[in-house]
Order: sequence, then C-alpha cells, then structure tokens
Amino acid sequence: MNAAPDPVLQARSVSKRFGGLVAVSSVDLDVGEAEIVGLIGPNGAGKTTFFNCLTGMEVPTSGEIRYRGRPLPGSPDRITAAGLARTFQNIRLFPNMSVLENVLVGRHCRMHEGLGSAIGRGRRFHREEAEARRRAAALLDLVGLRRAADDLARNLNYGDQRRLEIARALATDPGLLLLDEPTAGMNAAETRATGDLVRRIRDQGLAVVVIEHDMRFIFGLCDRVTVLVQGQKLTEGTPADVQSDPRVIAAYLGTPTGR
Amino acid sequence: MSPSVAALRQGGVEAARRLAGRRRAAVTLAGAALAVAGANGAWATFAFGYPGKMSLAGFPGGARAYVLVLVVPGLAVLTRWPGRRAAAMAGSLGVVVVAAGNLVAIAKQGGGLGAVAAGAWLAVAGGGLLLIGAVAAPDDEAPTLAERTLPPAVEAAVVAASLGVVLALVWYGLGVEESSRFASFAAAVAFWASALAGLGVIGWLQALYPRHRTVTLAASALAAAAFPFTQGGEAQWIRVFASIGIFATAAIGLNVVVGLAGLLDLGYIAFFGVGAYVAALTAGAGTTTSHVVLPYGVAIVLGAVTASIFGVVIGAPTLRLRGDYLAIVTLAFGEIFRIAVNNWNSVTRGPNGISRIPDLALGHFNLGQPHRILGVELPGFANYYFLVLVLMAFVITAFTRLNDSRIGRAWVAIREDEVAAAAMGVNTVRLKLLAFAIGAFLAGAAGTVDAHFGRQVSPESYSFLQSVTLLAAVVLGGMGTVPGALIGSTLLLLIPEKLRAFQDPRLLIFGLALILMMRLRPEGFAPSRRRQRELHAEGEGADALSAPPGGPR
Repeated sequence: MNAAPDPVLQARSVSKRFGGLVAVSSVDLDVGEAEIVGLIGPNGAGKTTFFNCLTGMEVPTSGEIRYRGRPLPGSPDRITAAGLARTFQNIRLFPNMSVLENVLVGRHCRMHEGLGSAIGRGRRFHREEAEARRRAAALLDLVGLRRAADDLARNLNYGDQRRLEIARALATDPGLLLLDEPTAGMNAAETRATGDLVRRIRDQGLAVVVIEHDMRFIFGLCDRVTVLVQGQKLTEGTPADVQSDPRVIAAYLGTPTGR
Repeated sequence: MSPSVAALRQGGVEAARRLAGRRRAAVTLAGAALAVAGANGAWATFAFGYPGKMSLAGFPGGARAYVLVLVVPGLAVLTRWPGRRAAAMAGSLGVVVVAAGNLVAIAKQGGGLGAVAAGAWLAVAGGGLLLIGAVAAPDDEAPTLAERTLPPAVEAAVVAASLGVVLALVWYGLGVEESSRFASFAAAVAFWASALAGLGVIGWLQALYPRHRTVTLAASALAAAAFPFTQGGEAQWIRVFASIGIFATAAIGLNVVVGLAGLLDLGYIAFFGVGAYVAALTAGAGTTTSHVVLPYGVAIVLGAVTASIFGVVIGAPTLRLRGDYLAIVTLAFGEIFRIAVNNWNSVTRGPNGISRIPDLALGHFNLGQPHRILGVELPGFANYYFLVLVLMAFVITAFTRLNDSRIGRAWVAIREDEVAAAAMGVNTVRLKLLAFAIGAFLAGAAGTVDAHFGRQVSPESYSFLQSVTLLAAVVLGGMGTVPGALIGSTLLLLIPEKLRAFQDPRLLIFGLALILMMRLRPEGFAPSRRRQRELHAEGEGADALSAPPGGPR
C-alpha cells in the first residue's frame, strides 16, 4: 500500500536547508485515510525538522505539501485550521493554565465568537462555549484526564502531560495527527496505554504519523514505517519489511551519536 | 538575607522557645498589660513648643488607640486557633512598629528623647514582650478556615459587611489628617490584615467572593457609589478618587496587554495622551486652535478609536518581534508622542498645552456644577466620580468577560508559549494586535475623561514616568486581575496624597516597595488564581517539568 488512493497527506520532495546543513533532503511521504505511519531514524536524521516543515513552523526550502489534495497554507495556525495537529517532542503545554483550559485553547480555531460576542454574551456565545467545554471534557475522558481537569498543566506527571498534549491536539478536530515521540520518558505500561490510545484515535478515522525511538512500540502499532537517515528517506514499508532490512540495522548501529 | 542575620534570628527563636508553656503565657500577658498601660499613659512631655513644661496626656491620640487595637491579635497566641502564632506575630510587631515609630516622631519634634514620656516606652516594651511570647509559641498548623462554609445567606451578609468595613476604613483613613498619624493608621490596618490572613480569615473571604459574585459586585458598587456621600460636601477626596478611577481604568487596559497577553508595553501612557488630546481639541477649549466642537459622547468614542488606531499602527510592525524588542519600540513610541506633541505648536500649542477645557455637559447636566442628590449637596467633582464609576463598570465587565472567553484563553496561551499557541491554531499576530488595540482603546477612553476632569492637557503629563507608574500599579496589585489593578492604582495614587512628607522621595519608595513585593508576595496583592499557584507551586510542579526527556532509545 504504497500510494493510497485518497492521500490525507502528500509530501513531495520536501527539503530544508539551514545554511550549509541539509536537515531534510527531498523526502516524500504519503499518508492514507486512517493510517498510522511511523517515522523512525537515528538522532539528527531530520524527523522533527520534517514535522516542523509539515506544520509550518519551518518553511521548507523546496518541495510541496498537500493535505487532502490541497496545498497547505503558510502559517502554523492556518495549517492547524486546515486539519493538521501536532504534539511536541519537548512537551509544550501552557503550564499555568488548567488542564481543561489547555484543551479549550485547542478548540480556538473551531470557535467563532469574536470580540463583541465575548463582551455582549449572547445566546450564541453561551451555546458555543458550552459545546466547547463538552468536547473538551469528552477528549479528557478519552485520554483519561477528566479527574484532573482543574489542575494546572504543570502539576501533571510526565505521562499525563504527554496525554494532555494529545487531547489538546485532538481538540483542533484534525484529519491528521502528528505525534513527536509520544512515549518518551514513559514506562512499559504507560507506553502500552499510549499505543492503545493511538489506535483508538485511528479508529475514529484519523490518520496518524508517529516519530518514536521505541522500536517495539513502532513496529507493533504502525501500518507502515518510513526510515529517515541523515535527512534522506532510506526506505519505507511494512514493519516486517523495515525490520528485516539490513540497511536500517546498519544505519542504527553505525551511527556514532549513540545516545 | 545575610547568613549572620539568619543565624541571629534562628538563635533568637531558639532562645524564646526555651520558655515553657506556663511562662510563655505569662510573658504574653505581661506584654499586653504593659502595652495597655503604656497606651493609656502620657507619651510626650511637650506641647506646642514648650518642651518639659507639661505632659500631654492625650497626645498622640490615634497612635495610642491603634496600639490598643493591635494588642488584641497579639493575644491570639493564648488561644488554640490554627494560625495563632502568625496572627500574634503580626499583632505584636504592629504594636512595636506603631509605638516605636511615634516615639521617634515625638523625639524628633520635641528635640530629643527627653520629650518622650513613660507611656511610649512602656508601649514599646509591651510590644516587645508580646513579640517574645509569639516567637516562643510552637509552630502553627495551617489555618483550616478556608474550607469552612456557612449558610448562603450568612455568607452573603459577611461579604457585604466586609466591603462595608473597607468603605468605613477608607472613610476613616481619609479623615486622618496628619501624616504620622495616618502612617500609624495604615500600619494598624496592615498588621491587622496580616493577622487576619494568618488566621485564614482573608483566605476564607477570598473564597467567599467568587461564590457570591452578585452580592460582591452589588456591595462593591454600592460602597463605591456611597463614597461621595460620606464626604460632607468636601471635594478634596472625591477629586482624588475620581482621578484614581481614571488611572485605574487605564491600568485595567494595560492589564489586558501585560497581564493577559504578556506583552510588555512601556509607552502605554501615550495612548492615554492621544485620547486626552482628541478630547481637548474637540471640546471647544478656551485656548484651542481647532474650533471643532463635538458632543462628549462622540468625543470619547473618537478618542478611544484614535488611540486604538495608534495601537494597531505601532503594533502591526512590532508585534512580530519578541518581548524585549516590543518593550523598546513601545518605549520609543511613548517618547515620540510626547516630543511630537511638545513641538507641534499649530495644533497642540506645544509645551503650553491646551487649557481652559470646559467642564463636561451631558445634555443639560453640567458635570462641573455642584448638584443636590438625595438631599446631599455634592461638589462638581462627584459628577466626574460617578461618570468614572460608569466607565469603570464598563471596562471591568469587558475585561472579565474577555478574560473568560475564547479570546482571553488565546491571550494567556500566547503569554505561556507562543509557538504552541500558534500550533494550536491561534493566530498569534492578530490576537496580539487585538490586545494592543483594546488596551489602547481603554486608555484613550480614560484619557478623554481626564482632559475634561483636569481641565487641561500638556505634554509633560504623558511622560515615561507615568507609563512606569501604570505598570507598577498592575504589577503591585496582581497581574491579570481587576481587583489587582484597582488596589495597585489606589495605593500608588493615594499614599503620596496622604503622606505629603513622602512626596519627594516617592520614586525611591516605589522602588523599595516593588522590591519588597517581589520578595514577599511576587503575585501581587490580588493575584489571579492561576498566577498564585504559578508562583507558590514550587516543589509540586518542579519534578514534573524536569523529568528526563526521552526514555528508551
């Protein structure tokens, strides 16, 4: 299943150069409806830079990215509004807002009430606000954080912070969810729970791209795995194919920056 | 605090702790008795320039009464209430501070320690003993009052009564004429408040207000509206409070920019100035060069809108920058405004400013004239005071409603992490511009009132110092809250007015007060729930944030 008939995401020869350093070099990536794609590679392979290019946080030097057939807009907020949502490798919650408020910020681009309505407080305002809170509560249920809704995000434990980031991203009603190392720092049980969560998200019809270093997690979860090495796509295929590819093993073991 | 001071303090506490239970109570009681005796004895041996000739039994009346009042919390240590030690420390420190402060003042006035009579010494000693008794007490349990609930009707009554007490204290305090006596009064109020905070009463009240919002709002509005009627037709304090109201309106506007969106604006007073000049130029002032006369209803909107246009024009190119750059650009804008106004003679009349701005007239109601309301003769300033109250009601409503909406959440998200906010679909540039425009709008509206109220505008009223004072009001009171901006504005404008002696070193005292605040209560007097937790949640949150990034690789 190399070229899905109706690709959610279609990235064509995306490159990103920082001065003399080529961080991402001509990478193609297709993601189909309700597909989970893994993105692996040794440290410094350009996985996060590639994510940044997809979400508009970096402007690719060249290449084209289409979401459901349409080219993506230029700025991060409009890309999110178009349907791409992400989490961050180094958690970036709003630490001094409550858990619920964090998710409500995610609803921002799906809400419309403006200045006059916020001050005037008509019926539409209350309806939209109530709807947003209901959605946020449902998402907190999904990730298992309903009981912590009023806690400050900064006071959550590490795993809960990662889960809250996922809930916040889901609040933007994305068609494609980009997860940057969602299980980093988690123990085995938490990692398993996160895998279940990602599957549940996929079952709701979302496509997911996951960057992860935990191979067991990736190979157990993904429909397809793409390997990046030094900014270039090394190979792509089913977990079984990638796992047995000698080049992948060489790329991992041969990298001097082992950490 | 240097290590030797800390060691000394530790040593003092340990020495005091050697007092056994029974003896501790005796020390406290003896201190209370001494302080009461001192408060009832003579404090000064001079009168009206005749040192040594007679003793002044009644002098200084207020300070001696405040000592008596402060002995009460000093006795808390004899009870079993949680928080008693903190309360007793506050009370006894208050006795010492008030008595010793007046002792020094008397000695200075009477030409040496010979002017001090036994009463003052007794009161200081009594305070000292009370303090030893408090220090010797075992450590406090945390006050448990905060979770206590009463029947709703009783709670509502408490809320209303507490705001009534605030009004009464303000009314009484304004009546205290003399500087040193006012300082004693302020100290008494502050130490009593901190004693109540130690017992958890303040925390309990703070929990009550949000639960009884309607009562709180109604009672505050009533107390604010009742204030001019307590002044017996005197204009002085009504004028001061009207100007505090104008200042506070601008401070709330600045709070949108700084407190919610987290944008540091150092030239904010320029927007206030834009509003003031628009009003001055369209009011048919005696000395104006423009001969446009607009009704005030139009002028206030025009002033506010013009200011917000300036906000957008300044903001559009700069809000893409990070905080420090924005601070520099806004600082420069404030100066540009002042210098431009100072030099644009044909329109602004340069350094002369525009004077003889007529009083506001809303229809046939001239705000400059005294009016008789409910059988009480109110001076003209009271009309401005009420106008400012209405303006503030609008501004406060707008602020609180915006804060609790999609827009307010986006602002706070930008303050917290701009990159993440953008990744969540928040158009950060647009929302920052909106915050800037709204802040400028509110400042402009306040400026139009100020032009009429002060009857003149001139460039030096809009200096960098004014921007800093507004910022200090916001920070001192508590960022991102309405009560914070109100408390901060009141303190910064009222205290120099009351303590004339401190008029000159005012900036020095501001500086010291700000440093002390940052050290002791960094979240401000009336912090937002969010910010209070942020600054006092060390330890709980720290480990979660410093967890190792990345696990199995």
